[in-house]
Amino acid sequence: METADRHLLSTSVDPRLQRVQRHATEFHLLEQPEEWQTFEVFHQRRRGEHHVHVGSVHAPDAEMALVFAKEQFARRQQCASLWVVASAHIHSLGYQNEDMFATTTEKTYREASGYRLRHKIQAYKQSVQHESNS
Amino acid sequence: MYGGGYVFCEPDVHGQPDDPERLAEFEARIDRGEKIEPQDWMPYEYRRQLIRLIEQHAHSEIMGALPEGAWITRAPGFKRKLALIAKVQDEVGHAQLLYSAAETLGKSRADMVNDLLSGKSKYSNVFNYPAKTWADVTVIGFLIDAAAIVNQVANSKGSYGPYCRALERICYEESFHLKQGYDAFVALATGTKRQREMLQDAINRWYRPIIHFFGPPDNESVHSKQLMRWKVKMASNDEMRNQFLDAYVPKVLELGLTFPDPELRKDPQTGRWHYGDPDWAEFYRVINGDGPCNAERLSARRLAEENGRWIRQAIMNPQQKFTIPFA
Repeated sequence: METADRHLLSTSVDPRLQRVQRHATEFHLLEQPEEWQTFEVFHQRRRGEHHVHVGSVHAPDAEMALVFAKEQFARRQQCASLWVVASAHIHSLGYQNEDMFATTTEKTYREASGYRLRHKIQAYKQSVQHESNS
Repeated sequence: MYGGGYVFCEPDVHGQPDDPERLAEFEARIDRGEKIEPQDWMPYEYRRQLIRLIEQHAHSEIMGALPEGAWITRAPGFKRKLALIAKVQDEVGHAQLLYSAAETLGKSRADMVNDLLSGKSKYSNVFNYPAKTWADVTVIGFLIDAAAIVNQVANSKGSYGPYCRALERICYEESFHLKQGYDAFVALATGTKRQREMLQDAINRWYRPIIHFFGPPDNESVHSKQLMRWKVKMASNDEMRNQFLDAYVPKVLELGLTFPDPELRKDPQTGRWHYGDPDWAEFYRVINGDGPCNAERLSARRLAEENGRWIRQAIMNPQQKFTIPFA
């Protein structure tokens, strides 16, 4: 196995592997690898728009989270500003009460489209015109 | 890139049976085309297979960056080098997005990374083959990326919200990858005699891994049907392979290049592509660790992990604990 590994790495086209003469058997797994905190990332495309949730990054603190968020979410797309917030700090209503958002009762009184005036004005204008003609 | 040819686990017969009422609710939600979110109830098998799928996809992005990454120092010219660096960075970024999506299902990133490093987890078989020349890099950038896009576009219409959102971003970035790969491919194909020979040689070597890419032919197992019902698996291996061959074989042939398979042809009646026996035994051999580059890829990944340990420890804040991403 060892000889095979050495042979493999010396014939690899990968310059990083050519530089180091090591073989796979030297590697040891960490039993408890670093577990970083998770931060949710909010991205604002242009000034004036909302910050929109775009995903999460792992980082040891908020400062590093911003560095990673910039690499991850502002590398390709236009970006005016980024926020990060620790995932544990998010409070949510959750989906188990999803049905409470459903509009079951008539609620047009709180929507702009619930107030239609033009036909009344038209009817009024017509009646005034009719009177003046007669 | 680089999803495709996933190996799903065998159903776990010892798993907890699901509450039939909740299962019916869950399936009705999927039938209505709604997405499942991390906080929702989900069947035991759904969670298990999704972790496996998304984790494999993430590992494939990381391992897939290795054959191309090795060519950054020798890319022919400044423009190609810039494009290759940007692409490799994108692929590693895709892995981060996918690890986050998998984490929402409850497996920590550290566990996933360790399973890759120990050799326990699988990744796309295609990266266990060597990129011997620059022409190989153009074949990967054009044809393997194209194959991965076919797979990822299908998966982005799946049922699990965080995975779909990650894939939407990934697919957007992939369009540049495919275009720069095609550009480099066409540059060789329309170049000197020596360049064309180099490209043909690379196509000859990559043809079989590309056929293998979407995984073995469909088997109509009950298991696979359930995964399709739950929109974990969005299209059968053969459907995706056929879609890929249909779109990309003509693009290679029109450049006067060939494939090393005399049986490769489209049946004009059925619209299905027929190909010669690609030796599925080789596919299983490579996926189980015995491919031309399995040891080399793992070794490169382990080297990077070891070299980065000191800095991860240096910036570590021991008071902070891992939390599952919110969405």
